[in-house]
Amino acid sequence: MPDTLNKKNTLDQKESLQPKMVTVEIEGKPFQVPAGITLIKALWYAGQDVIRGVGCLGGFCGACATYYRTKDDPKVKTCLACSMAVEDGMSFSFMPAFPARKATYNLLELKDPKQDLFTLYPEAPLCRNCNACTEACPQHIDVREGVWKAVFGDFKAVSEMFMDCVMCGMCAPVCIADIAPNLVALYASRAQGVHFTEKPEGLATRIQEITDGRFQQEWDRILKLSDEELQNTTAATT
Amino acid sequence: MELTDQRNLVHQTRDARRSKSFPKLSPAERDSLIKKHHPDHRAHAYRPIIFGPNAGQSTVTEVATLLEGESPVPADLDLTPAYSVDVLVVGGGGAGCASALHAHAQGANVLLATKLRLGDSNSVMAQGGMQIAVASDDSPVQHFLDTLKGGHMKNDHQLLKVMVEEGPSIAKWLLELGVLFDRDADGNLHVKKGGGSSKARLLTCSDYTGLEIMRVLKDEVLNKKIPLLEFVAAVELLSDAKGACTGAVLKDLDNNRFIVVAAKTVILATGGIGRLHIQGFPTSNHFGATGDALVLAYRLGVPLVQIDTFQYHPSGGVYPEQLVGALVTEGIRSEGGHLVNAKGERFVNELDTRDVVSSSIIRECEEGRGVRTPSGRVGVWLDTPLLDVEHGPGTLDKHFPAMVRQYERYQVDIRKDPVLIYPTLHYQNGGVKIDVNGETPVANLFVAGEASGGLHGRNRLMGNSLLDLMVFGKRTGTLAAERSKSLPKSSLTLDHLKRFRAEAKRHHVSAGIISPMVLPAYTNK
Ligand SMILES: Cc1cc2nc3c(=O)[nH]c(=O)nc-3n(C[C@H](O)[C@H](O)[C@H](O)COP(=O)(O)OP(=O)(O)OC[C@H]3O[C@@H](n4cnc5c(N)ncnc54)[C@H](O)[C@@H]3O)c2cc1C
Ligand code: SF4
Ligand code: SF4
Ligand code: FES
Repeated sequence: MPDTLNKKNTLDQKESLQPKMVTVEIEGKPFQVPAGITLIKALWYAGQDVIRGVGCLGGFCGACATYYRTKDDPKVKTCLACSMAVEDGMSFSFMPAFPARKATYNLLELKDPKQDLFTLYPEAPLCRNCNACTEACPQHIDVREGVWKAVFGDFKAVSEMFMDCVMCGMCAPVCIADIAPNLVALYASRAQGVHFTEKPEGLATRIQEITDGRFQQEWDRILKLSDEELQNTTAATT
Repeated sequence: MELTDQRNLVHQTRDARRSKSFPKLSPAERDSLIKKHHPDHRAHAYRPIIFGPNAGQSTVTEVATLLEGESPVPADLDLTPAYSVDVLVVGGGGAGCASALHAHAQGANVLLATKLRLGDSNSVMAQGGMQIAVASDDSPVQHFLDTLKGGHMKNDHQLLKVMVEEGPSIAKWLLELGVLFDRDADGNLHVKKGGGSSKARLLTCSDYTGLEIMRVLKDEVLNKKIPLLEFVAAVELLSDAKGACTGAVLKDLDNNRFIVVAAKTVILATGGIGRLHIQGFPTSNHFGATGDALVLAYRLGVPLVQIDTFQYHPSGGVYPEQLVGALVTEGIRSEGGHLVNAKGERFVNELDTRDVVSSSIIRECEEGRGVRTPSGRVGVWLDTPLLDVEHGPGTLDKHFPAMVRQYERYQVDIRKDPVLIYPTLHYQNGGVKIDVNGETPVANLFVAGEASGGLHGRNRLMGNSLLDLMVFGKRTGTLAAERSKSLPKSSLTLDHLKRFRAEAKRHHVSAGIISPMVLPAYTNK
């Protein structure tokens, strides 16, 4: 990467790599990397530029969806590469972008969102219960159960179950019914918010108070104060 | 002493600590603590900027060097546009998505370009919540006062008044889009207390507030079919003969080609600076937080404000090594978590403002009361198990599922054991100068979100950023769209760059550094 000045930077508390090295296989090629670093740092350490595959670096954006396998274990698991440490003998590869279909909708205009699910995502009720999506989810969401809850109209449960969903999309490529469970869940959660959740009364009152100029007197008073007076004042409530 | 023994001290002292409260510091004590220990006051890290709109003013070397850097765009670049739009939004975080949606709602022809994927940003990581004065015992005026005190009275009053007053209508907008804020039993929005605030004012979606807002906004950008360029970064702006902004030069990171965009208005929503690792600090920020808007706007002649002050969040991870710099949510302290030094003592009121709390942690560590990790870092304890003791078992699971998971991945159970923390580079307090509509002094160039400056003074209060993004996303998007209707097509030139290069030459600056940075160079070469 040419656009840089970072090389000069030293860490306030110096990056301390463990002297112990482990061998990992990245996209089929073996590399020696310091024990304990994250998979993404292992890629950097191995000299690989990564653009697709890095996002928040904090376990929230799902950009770094990765397949991995530990030594001698045949099971291929999933993880977020920014939030997983390397182990000796581990093999891993990024998940390529998967072309799942997202339905488009205008939530406010929907008349019967629970029914509309079946026109927007007609594949959703065709779930064959294989549970592959649940096994693929790095956030340990019971994805299969979520798909059923959505189909049965329990959007509230879906919205609670999928609050941890980072939209990494790892549940989609494994689905034998071509469902993208995360997108179905996102639709159900938003519909829950738009159509099936109470409007908070206190908020409406506060907006009305602001429109009616109920705070004007207080504004007039405090905007005239000096910094020192402002330090020591509190606002009157309505 | 082994880490386990150190940790036991936290368990042993918990009951004694619970029975005592720790007083807040007086304004004078706060000031002297900050002057002595806050990284903003380490003179050796600062230098004056040599030329440009902020010439002579001091900022950290990392930022000064980038501002004086060289544009990657050659003077003779063919400026035939690949796109011609009303509104170009640069950045796909919270501010960018909000601007794009509001501009689209006004009927403008919008293009959104972002460096990584849509939504890969700082916004998606916001856990603590969003401050809006909705509670009946609260008011926008009190929100204003708290923010001002937190910002050391240096906040721009006009920007701040706009933000606090428009807060409630923003909450309404987000609810209408389906954002699921936590509720009280009576259906009202649940509010939590945040550091530096006199009232409970934080709206939350458990500890996934930013993620929930971003899932919804991203989905809506896609529903509206707003044209999107992902893995495309803005590297230079374009101007006309009058110096107004008329578009941008983007760079496609997949094939390194330039893309010229003619835009009647441009909104920069590129977020913060964490990845500059100012003063060598680790950071909580996303991969693309390299301060690009500061550089782009500066070269077009826009001044920056309060660009000498940064927020070091008190609780960045220091152990395990994989979590170094990662944010440990402030929510833990809001709900009563203690900070504890190596002697098992509290040393600050945990709900004081971030600059005070960070300074006190640095003080403890500098004066030898920090705890060493096996890899040689220092930090202090954040007593997480205390929350389950105080509010009943299951509190951490219920209120902080993201954090429980964050540590579980490395076999640390925060329900049983405290965690080690040290300040992490978190937020750019200042930024590009804007007015109440988010417009810069250069016509038709807008800035929204963390990239802009003035609103937060010298220390941003927790939860005010998410609100800032939504309010100024709305204002910039709406005005840019309206403005573009009456604007004729203008010319696309790099005249400002010619002037900038001439000035660099006149000052004998040849840093040899290309800016904006776009992405940090972490790859071993
Ligand atoms: C871990 C963490 C937790 C936080 N918690 C809270 C909280 O609880 N409450 C709160 O109010 N605030 C919180 N903040 C602060 C807040 O999240 C950020 O200040 C805010 O999200 C910034 O939003 P933004 O849209 O301005 O920038 P971002 O969300 O960072 O988005 C910027 C976007 O622009 C893109 N970009 C950057 N440069 C370019 C370029 N040259 N060309 C094209 N695209 C570019 C980026 O890739 C990114 O998509 C937190 C911040 C962090 C890091
Ligand atoms: S539900 Fe699907 S998209 Fe969401 S975190 Fe799990 S695997 Fe990723
Ligand atoms: S992978 Fe598809 S078919 Fe299998 S359980 Fe999940 S949704 Fe159903
Ligand atoms: S980079 Fe965002 S989850 Fe890993």
